[in-house]
Amino acid sequence: MTASVSYADVEPGTELPAREFPVDRAALVRYAGASGDFNPIHWNERFAREVGLPDVIAHGMFTMAEAVRVVTDWVGDPGAVVDYGVRFTKPVVVPDDGVGAVIEVSGKVAVKLDDEARTVRVDLMVKSAGQKVLGMARVVVRLA
Amino acid sequence: MALDQSYVGRSYPPSRPYEVGREKIREFAEAIGDENPAYTDVEAARALGHADVIAPPTFVFAISFAATGDVIDDPELGLDYSRVVHGDQRFAYTRPVRAGDRLSVTSTIEAIRSMAGNDILDIRGEVRDADGEHVVTAYTKLVARAAEEA
Repeated sequence: MTASVSYADVEPGTELPAREFPVDRAALVRYAGASGDFNPIHWNERFAREVGLPDVIAHGMFTMAEAVRVVTDWVGDPGAVVDYGVRFTKPVVVPDDGVGAVIEVSGKVAVKLDDEARTVRVDLMVKSAGQKVLGMARVVVRLA
Repeated sequence: MALDQSYVGRSYPPSRPYEVGREKIREFAEAIGDENPAYTDVEAARALGHADVIAPPTFVFAISFAATGDVIDDPELGLDYSRVVHGDQRFAYTRPVRAGDRLSVTSTIEAIRSMAGNDILDIRGEVRDADGEHVVTAYTKLVARAAEEA
């Protein structure tokens, strides 16, 4: 595993480059096919409303996949991720308006865990439409 | 109706092996819009020390979740899947999933709780390769919402 960020160069509070990830209906259809999750709440507006949702919502696992990119792009090697967990707190609502939604992700180093393994915990803040959509989004990553 | 606590600790037999293909990883990486070359370019992956292209961190969910079907569909457990939402998800990796892996999942019910009429089910999926070596453990929390009052 070869991360491009050195353990010695980060401190608690070090901020990772923030990113915005757009998501529209086409992206959800594509993710459904690639992941095998064809739950109609992710592509069928009529069905989503029938079960009480405001509109079609993104797969939670899609949001989880986008959020960790802030970490994998930072370190370069996705294989440096040792542990990754999230809580799905609010859905990302994706309207069929030609624009869709945006997932906003920022992250910072919360704690240096192990000087020998060179692992740090990064806490992610993940929002869409002004609301936090993932809670307890934490990534343990091994640095160089 | 609350789920039966006696199911805590129950393990299900290992799932049929899933063979991870390069093109499936590429398809998944494209679907999440991630252009990291470690997912699609064997040379780039090798330069990072991997034997083949690796999969994005959440790729393995499709495999681990399919295996939880044994738990979800267990008629004796009696989970109403139409009321189930995904609460939490966590992965603990020994190494990244890579092309060529043949992965099998052993699912275990870690906990069953009842809160305000909701059933909360914690499932641990141990993902191992063809040699039986640990690759990743997927921790999945499912919440079955309380049935509507008639």
